[in-house]
Amino acid sequence: MTVTVLLFASYAEALGASSLAVEVAGDATVADVISNLRAHPGADRLPPMPLVAVNQQYADAHALVRDGDEVALIPPVAGG
Amino acid sequence: MTPLATLVRTPIDPLALVRAVSSPGNGAVILFLGAVRQVNEGRDVTGIDYAAYEAMALRELQAIVDEGATRFGTGDVVVEHRLGELQVEDISVGIAVGHPHRDTAYAVSRWVIEELKRRVPIWKREHYTDGTREWVDPSGHVAAESPR
Repeated sequence: MTVTVLLFASYAEALGASSLAVEVAGDATVADVISNLRAHPGADRLPPMPLVAVNQQYADAHALVRDGDEVALIPPVAGG
Repeated sequence: MTPLATLVRTPIDPLALVRAVSSPGNGAVILFLGAVRQVNEGRDVTGIDYAAYEAMALRELQAIVDEGATRFGTGDVVVEHRLGELQVEDISVGIAVGHPHRDTAYAVSRWVIEELKRRVPIWKREHYTDGTREWVDPSGHVAAESPR
């Protein structure tokens, strides 16, 4: 199945994209998505386990993802 | 009705925020404004651009307003965050709180800005006088740097 990985700010610059389609197995977790993303050039500049939101809600590494989910990698936030 | 949490790309109007939380019962109205600072961690800043994961940022801002209403017993809170290119002294965020009494109004105002800084997916890239631009990382890790 495929999930859409969204990248922002310094992470988008590191990978040279703001959105990537990532293939994962049927029972994949957030950690699996990150692991598969590692093959992408520039992904070595991401932290070991970035903060993640699935479908706009913060999720931990063990959370399951489904086909079509929006998995956003959230750099350290700096609003205000 | 005035939306409680908004992201805008035009200048924030502080008086509009104040009006949105003013009512005959609110004896205290607190307005907090965040502005672009000229010097940050020793470097001269000429401007900032703010970016967001907009759908989620709006959701989180609204959740903060709702949680604040529950936690402090007031619904009179509005938050507006600006995105895009800002200059020094421009207002980046405005928070207005109305409550019958000042103690609670101050507490809500402080709580909302701290929660916003902790969890709303908004990022800022500072522009420096030497022409470089850098994403600010309040957690202290190395952020990606890019030429202008």
